Amino acid sequence: MKTVFDKPHALTDVPFHYCPGCTHGIVHRLVAEVMDELGIEGKTVGVASVGCSVFSYNYFNCDMVQAAHGRAPAVGTGVKRANPDNIVFTYQGDGDLAAIGTAETIHAATRGENITIIFINNAIYGMTGGQMAPTSLVGQITQTTPYGRKIETQGYPIRVCEMLATLEGPSYLERVSVDDVKNIKNAKKAIKKAFEYQIEGKGFNLIEVLSTCPTNWGLSPVEALEWLRNNLMVHYPLGVFKDKGAENNE
Amino acid sequence: MEKLLMKGNEAIAEAAIRAGCRHFYGYPITPQTEVSAYMSKKMPKVGGLFLQSESEVAAINMVYGSAAAGVRTMTSSSSPGISLKSEGISYIAGADLPCVILNIVRGGPGLGGIQPAQSDYFQATKGGGHGDYHLVVLAPSSIQECVDLTFEAFDIADTYRLPVMIMGDGMLGQMMEPVVFGEHKGREIPEKTWACSGTNMKREHNIVNSLYIDPKELEDTVIARQKKYDYILENEVKYETDSVEDADIVLVAYGTIGRVAKNAMIKARAEGLKVGLVRPITLWPFPAKAINDIASTAKAFISVEMSMGQMVEDVRLAVNGKAPVYFTGRTGGIIPQPTEILEKIKEVAGGIK
Amino acid sequence: MNNEIVIAGFGGQGVLFAGKLLAYTGMMLDKEVSWLPSYGPEMRGGTCNCHIILKDDLVGSPVVVEPTEVIALNGPSFQKFENSIVKGGKMIYDSTLIDVKPVRADIEYIAIPATKMADDINASKLANMIITGKMIKETGVFTLEEVLEAVKKLVPASKPELLELNQTAIKKGYEYNA
Repeated sequence: MKTVFDKPHALTDVPFHYCPGCTHGIVHRLVAEVMDELGIEGKTVGVASVGCSVFSYNYFNCDMVQAAHGRAPAVGTGVKRANPDNIVFTYQGDGDLAAIGTAETIHAATRGENITIIFINNAIYGMTGGQMAPTSLVGQITQTTPYGRKIETQGYPIRVCEMLATLEGPSYLERVSVDDVKNIKNAKKAIKKAFEYQIEGKGFNLIEVLSTCPTNWGLSPVEALEWLRNNLMVHYPLGVFKDKGAENNE
Repeated sequence: MEKLLMKGNEAIAEAAIRAGCRHFYGYPITPQTEVSAYMSKKMPKVGGLFLQSESEVAAINMVYGSAAAGVRTMTSSSSPGISLKSEGISYIAGADLPCVILNIVRGGPGLGGIQPAQSDYFQATKGGGHGDYHLVVLAPSSIQECVDLTFEAFDIADTYRLPVMIMGDGMLGQMMEPVVFGEHKGREIPEKTWACSGTNMKREHNIVNSLYIDPKELEDTVIARQKKYDYILENEVKYETDSVEDADIVLVAYGTIGRVAKNAMIKARAEGLKVGLVRPITLWPFPAKAINDIASTAKAFISVEMSMGQMVEDVRLAVNGKAPVYFTGRTGGIIPQPTEILEKIKEVAGGIK
Repeated sequence: MNNEIVIAGFGGQGVLFAGKLLAYTGMMLDKEVSWLPSYGPEMRGGTCNCHIILKDDLVGSPVVVEPTEVIALNGPSFQKFENSIVKGGKMIYDSTLIDVKPVRADIEYIAIPATKMADDINASKLANMIITGKMIKETGVFTLEEVLEAVKKLVPASKPELLELNQTAIKKGYEYNA
């Protein structure tokens, strides 16, 4: 019988611990498929961060380093500079990347550090139980904004891709979503391109993936996907914010 | 062998390069900036990397990454910067990674001052970061010892897979003395089979990690690490003694203050007082056994420090009630003078007659 | 040999270099030496000093508390260190810039118009070398030849004219007679 669907080699056999309807699993799979397709699993080193994806070191079959909260881009820098032939990616959530690790993110980007960042934006702190994230929307109810995020007290959410696009360093910045089949296919294309850019030595790239957190949003998996489309995607438009490769082709 | 006249900061940097360190991450802070300056000049010439990080926090995490990748790596800073690095140091200890951290101590707390101090003794030897862990802490007192201990630091780090701190002070970092870079024999270093540099599809993936969500697993890991520490306590203690055999009063002092204390000892001997000196070279592991042995004959101890008295607690634990333990010192960047120490010696001598 | 020397002046007068030259000469002669500078914001245009110890046996504390010799390149330094000099010690100072009356009878004062002499040979920045030359002569700590040899190692080989000027300045100081 012909095999039509299989687990990518770059994923281990350890079952994911993620909640039902959480899109971490999809993104893990996409990253693993890309590693398989590019044949880079053996020279890839992943950097897991702090948040729900902390255990990703158990899920990816490549070498994995676990980093302190927010420090993954600095750790990734250290790994890459030690062995520039390795392919290095970090996998970070919004609290990790855009709050506690903002400095590490911006400086890895502006150095043009030749690493790939997979940035999961679900507008909430998942692991600690649903607190406000730097990307939580105005009015969004979380455990620490029980009356909704207010501009007067919490200010505005951060658009990471747009912010990083002002820098010279990044080679490629794209925001994707994994809410439906079409967008998932696009997301994979973007992740693959990011790894390819790294292989070609083009420098820092980041793929922001709009994701769900049904548990902490208080929604069913299906409702969560709808909320993502109707709210996150409105504030965080999908698209390419920087592409040095495309610029060079013009 | 050619003698060179070098600053402590530069001598440590040169020794690190000669010890095979090719990945240095730093952030400017007085009084250790010469280390970064030296590295930025020399590293490109030996195919190495100097990277000025965006913060102390980033620097130590870059060290974490390079150590995880299996190379010799180092960062340096001074007191406030070491506080910032403490998070990363705890992770490095928790992930059993080897690296070298240089602390050229200045006065504190807070922004404190920029003159030499030893007020980070607690931070270096008792933790600094969170969790059950130790650093091996080396305290050179001359520029030659800076060089020799830097070689040792990398070897110890790689032998035991742990972070090693070289702790100097502003005086040691800034002063120049003749130094010789001799042949360093080095230790047999175990192969880094745990390093994350790609599986090449030839082995199971390596994971560098300090997270153990199951308490039993974490306890087992911490206990296993403690056995390593116990071995180090037995095998890696270094210290120097001077005239302790017949001494009534024994000074205990490390680093550059060990030298000032020696001047005081010589002055005291000249006045007929039987004074000796113990200079701990490893602050952790502390030479507790040696001090306890000396306490069998000595009548009193004086811990001499550039702090409000931190090492004195370890001296007391080491002496374990066999003799009284006193403290003298200055802090805030003031270096105690031999005459001040001599006064304390006389005061103690008066008391023990 | 058992000299504990303080050299002090304004930042930019070459205080640290003069000290380094003495330490370096000592090292070449296999003496035990140390050189300890002041550092920090005070270096940015303020006063500046360094401590040099030259000994036959091991140097203990690198801090000079009671200098055997002080080289003062400005007034504030003269006043700051005058009283710390050991009995029988020497104060060597730049009389172009320092116009103060010596107060102690138990030390020797040696004046040399180092800044003026430096200007005279179109080397206004080398008053430090001139006064170092004088110091060597007065103390006998090193011979002129030993210091001229050491300075070769401290001036970059790429600047032979600078080396010559430094050596000239040291000689001028050495040969100066009030």
